[in-house]
Amino acid sequence: MATLTTPPEVEQAGSSTTTMTYREALRLALREELEHDEKVFLVGEEIGVFEGSYKVTAGLFKEFGPKRVREAPISEEGFVGLSVGAAMMGLRPVVEIMTLNFILVAMDQVVNHAAKVRYMLGGEVGCPLVIRTPNGAGNQLTAQHSQSFEQWFAHVPGLKVVAPATPADAKGLLKAAIRDDDPVIVVENLPIYKEKGEVPDDPEFVTPIGRARVAREGTDLTIVAHSFAVKRSLEVAEQLESELDVSAEVVDLRSLRPLDMQTVADSVSKTNRALCVEEGWSSYGTTAEVAARIQDACFDDLDAPVGRVGMAEVPMPYAKNLENATLPHSEKILGAAKHVLGVA
Amino acid sequence: MAQTKGSANARSSNGRRKRTKKEEDSPEVAKLREHYEMMVLIRLFEEETERQYKKAQIGGYCHLSSGQEATNVGACAALLKEDVLFTGYRGHGFALAKGIDPGKVMAELFGRVDGAAHGRGGSMHICDAEYNYLGGWGIVAGQLPLATGAAFALSQEDQPYAVLCELGEGAVNMGAWHESLNLAGIWDLPVVFLVLNNIYGMGTTVDKASAEPEIYKRAAAFRMHGERVNGQDLEEVLEASDRLMTRAREERKPAVLECMTYRFRGHSVADAGTAYRTKEEIAEQQENDPIPAFGKALLERGAISSQDELDEIRSRAEKKVDEAVEFAEQSADPDVDTLAQHVYGDPDTADQFARMGPGSPYGERELVLSSGLGSS
Repeated sequence: MATLTTPPEVEQAGSSTTTMTYREALRLALREELEHDEKVFLVGEEIGVFEGSYKVTAGLFKEFGPKRVREAPISEEGFVGLSVGAAMMGLRPVVEIMTLNFILVAMDQVVNHAAKVRYMLGGEVGCPLVIRTPNGAGNQLTAQHSQSFEQWFAHVPGLKVVAPATPADAKGLLKAAIRDDDPVIVVENLPIYKEKGEVPDDPEFVTPIGRARVAREGTDLTIVAHSFAVKRSLEVAEQLESELDVSAEVVDLRSLRPLDMQTVADSVSKTNRALCVEEGWSSYGTTAEVAARIQDACFDDLDAPVGRVGMAEVPMPYAKNLENATLPHSEKILGAAKHVLGVA
Repeated sequence: MAQTKGSANARSSNGRRKRTKKEEDSPEVAKLREHYEMMVLIRLFEEETERQYKKAQIGGYCHLSSGQEATNVGACAALLKEDVLFTGYRGHGFALAKGIDPGKVMAELFGRVDGAAHGRGGSMHICDAEYNYLGGWGIVAGQLPLATGAAFALSQEDQPYAVLCELGEGAVNMGAWHESLNLAGIWDLPVVFLVLNNIYGMGTTVDKASAEPEIYKRAAAFRMHGERVNGQDLEEVLEASDRLMTRAREERKPAVLECMTYRFRGHSVADAGTAYRTKEEIAEQQENDPIPAFGKALLERGAISSQDELDEIRSRAEKKVDEAVEFAEQSADPDVDTLAQHVYGDPDTADQFARMGPGSPYGERELVLSSGLGSS
């Protein structure tokens, strides 16, 4: 039985790996790409002498200096838009938004500018931009700082959206995003910054955009998730195995746009049951999109309606017990899985 | 007379008949004649655009530059070809003044494949990468951060060029104005914010919209140079643009240049332009029409020899507009098979999206996923 497996690309890389945290893997990707391409520069709030609000950029300001690691004022619309313009000129900006919640004041520049540059200007100008930012909830951060909006960006043609769940993918997808010629939103996650895993040492290793990963193989139920929800889903899969002798397969989407529905459909046509899990609100969410596509792609294979789990549809409250009741924690996912399995 | 010191003009001089006075033959004077001809071209182009719009050859939002030609031509005449231009959505005049072929602009208005944006952009989104015109942009003030970023890129790569960013006076109450000027200020970026103050943001006057209606003064909030010129006087606009662009290129200093101007037509072709201002006011402003005023000045100075020559210039411009329409009419509609082309540009994009098909909505697989999402 597979558990928290090493991603297949890591094995394919065939070279050495190092154990590191998700945060360190991101930092390594940034360092390697700053070295790899002089067009790359980092910009964001407190990413220099402060070393990043979540310390992802720690040490890079000292190593690469203020020109390559540009400390921006609190001015998201300004420096996101500035990065779009710089990308139109051929630079490769990597913008840090302190948390996904703060990107809302820059939405016009992301959705109405970055996503439109190439198409609206008839292919004459490109926009190789990366915006990296953590989503997620927990730690009593409350309503304005506990959100997961990645599907808003995945909704928009012209953007690509990736959401790594492991340290290896944190490095591999961030590098793929920086090397991509289009605007890519890299959604990181606060609770998994400290998670450890094996990360390939090969500086040419990237995780291809648009390829999901079977994080755990199984035969009875497919759980589809991304970002931190993958970790929760893997825990639930273990519980299903030990408590109910149910073999659950977990598909880690890794990319939301493009969405690897082939891997999802292959899995569901094998297990005949699907549960979609996300950290954010499910209404109009990633789970809504994936469930709609599953029912179309796997209509004849399904033995039960597709299930969905997300955050309770309230603004995140402060009190610890209320926050816990809001999160899509393991008990909720387990309950939903039992419902899909018809054993509730 | 304003000097065009240090400013190269991208346009080549057409063949000229012989002059009788010495001054007329100087390159500066020849350029002034070219500027005059460009202003006439823009006016006639816009008049034709409105006719074509009414014939339903052109659709969507369509904002005309008539009355503002001196700002279009004066500012663009101060640009090197490598200098980068961003504008808002009233951009036909700037596109022509930056040197883009009128046929490509008209074809874009017609939504044809040979248009400047190959039928993807329309009136508000003319662009030409070859001339470093990186777009007309349709969200008020949205182009300001982009232009600031282009200036950032020039600075980051030590390129000796600068950015001109056009906006209307209505854009200065947006947050993007504040954030862009602040970033340009703290990072010493080579960008000139060219504010075309035509008094009206749609139908709202500048003094109703702005607590400080003298826009150039707002540069002071960023310790930035700001100044105001008569936007109906080509030479005033040219002199200030040239001086501030040169300063931006050489000293890496941003600036605000406010041009007082007036649009003769409505906000867009759908607006008669009379609900919020009187016909008398428009008539009074038309007394200051920048084109006849400049033509008269050139005549008096001997830079243009006679009314016949003015007529000849007009005929040449008319011919160019006719040719632009003909070019647009003969250009094909974009092929529907190219619908999804240029949504993305990375060469791996088609492969990245190759596994998205199962369960996709009706039409998506056929029209989008299977037809080359990449740039090829």
